[in-house]
Amino acid sequence: MKSSGFFGPIAGSLGLLILVTVIAPLIGSTHIELRRAFAHVSPDFEIFFYARLPRVVLALIAGGALSMTGVLFQCMLRDPLAEPYTLGVSSGASVGAVLGICFGMRAIGVVSLAGAALVLLIVLGVAVEGRRLSSFTLMLTGVTMNSMAFAIIMFLHNLAGFSQSFAISRWLMGGLDAVEYSTLGWLAAVVVPVCVAVTVRAREWNLLSVGEDWAESRGVSVTTLTTFGYIAGSILTGLVTALTGPIAFVGLIVPHALRLRFGADHRVLMPCSLLVGGAFLAMCDTLSRTVMAPTEIPVGVLTALAGGPFFFWLLRSRRSSLGL
Amino acid sequence: MTFELKSVGFAFGLTEASFETPEAGLVAVAGPNGAGKSTLLGIMAGLRPAYTGSCLYDGVEVRKWSRREFARRVAFLPQMLRLEFPFTAEQVALMGRTPYAGGWFESPEDHAAVERAMGITDTVAFRSRDFRSLSGGERQRVVLASALAQEPRVLLLDEPTTFLDLKHQLSMYRILAELGRGGMLVVSVTHDLNLALQFADRVLVLNEGRVAGDGTPREVLNPELIGRVFGVRADVSAGWVHYEI
Repeated sequence: MKSSGFFGPIAGSLGLLILVTVIAPLIGSTHIELRRAFAHVSPDFEIFFYARLPRVVLALIAGGALSMTGVLFQCMLRDPLAEPYTLGVSSGASVGAVLGICFGMRAIGVVSLAGAALVLLIVLGVAVEGRRLSSFTLMLTGVTMNSMAFAIIMFLHNLAGFSQSFAISRWLMGGLDAVEYSTLGWLAAVVVPVCVAVTVRAREWNLLSVGEDWAESRGVSVTTLTTFGYIAGSILTGLVTALTGPIAFVGLIVPHALRLRFGADHRVLMPCSLLVGGAFLAMCDTLSRTVMAPTEIPVGVLTALAGGPFFFWLLRSRRSSLGL
Repeated sequence: MTFELKSVGFAFGLTEASFETPEAGLVAVAGPNGAGKSTLLGIMAGLRPAYTGSCLYDGVEVRKWSRREFARRVAFLPQMLRLEFPFTAEQVALMGRTPYAGGWFESPEDHAAVERAMGITDTVAFRSRDFRSLSGGERQRVVLASALAQEPRVLLLDEPTTFLDLKHQLSMYRILAELGRGGMLVVSVTHDLNLALQFADRVLVLNEGRVAGDGTPREVLNPELIGRVFGVRADVSAGWVHYEI
């Protein structure tokens, strides 16, 4: 890869991210002005800094982390249909959250995180054979974990009362809320370093996305890399899911859209997916707040509804340019 | 700089194999299905570290080599490469430079090595095409270019011609034989005894996980051995093997 092939896409993605970050908090059911917000004039100040900005930042981090994990898991499993939820961790987070709701706990996020961590340990415990970890066993273990978690959720849902049942459904749809800046702070403090650590190994991910023997025979330690990728992706997904619930499609569609545009090199794909994934989720969330205001549409509904047709268009234009 | 194998075995596929490779030249590995050819090649490539016995490369046990150092000396080609993602032919070839990677971008030496490798394999013309849009023969040449970009001393190939038509089979083996004459050790698994007869400097025949024959093609590929190992009636004349059941 030449450096121009790297910096071009990064600059474009960064530009998109900045644009969305500036514009998204200004859009909403109440009209506000940036000047009044910065001048501490009520209510523009409160709406901008306490209702909208934290929510946009959460969308940026969550969307970025999910897209990054999507790229990572698709690469590790060599499966274009893999997404952050394929390997079970987010199901663990969901079980935790549903348990929390059923037992009337306050700190749903914490229980959810505990669920995710538990699944991470179980999957690693089951999937590591001897000192080897193959993506195939990882996939089977993750999928099994998903089914079991789903069964537990249905069981709990079945026992839950009316208001709990509503809370469970709402949580499982996923969605973004304004959170404390301190929460955003520690979220970013984990997500950013993990994403950097993953991206640094981009050239090795390129080889692993071709094949395990292919990577191993070119000097990559496949078991170490796969274990690292699984843990890193699980931390990203687990954290985000604990805060937002499962948000469909971001981790699937953004990686593919970027691959169609920029190719498969993970040196471009990984940083771009972090930037564009964040921008994409923030845009979808802005739409979800405004399209039917004051009613909010769950953002997962919008990611799928807005992303799907765009993806079809991308797929078709690419196919005609390839002459397929 | 040779491979020395002493009583090498594996949990499945290989019982006990002992032989030494030459320093350079084309070595064909033949044998019926399940004889242990791919297992043997995988062990030599360092992909099956759980082997028994001793498999030395350059005097050091293969599983003890650092993966990166080993990959600068020994390149391995899979039977067929299937990609899920849109890498270009050149990107696939550049992956061969991973054992030399020092930074984020490939170095000028990396690009020069890939240029040479793509020249040898005649793949320059479609360097920026999606690997998945190439024909079987083109793909196999790109994969070979990637292995040559590793600048190895040894090339291990697992049935490189399985999915190629006649012309591409011949041109693949012509390249391999030339590399062998140029000082590289090329070990290639094949089912085609005539390709082995025509191009190989040495033939190793495996049967039921053991070495059944080891020597020059004309010594080893005789009707008696072919009959015993492959279970067919064979006749060797004018440098060609004819077989029938």
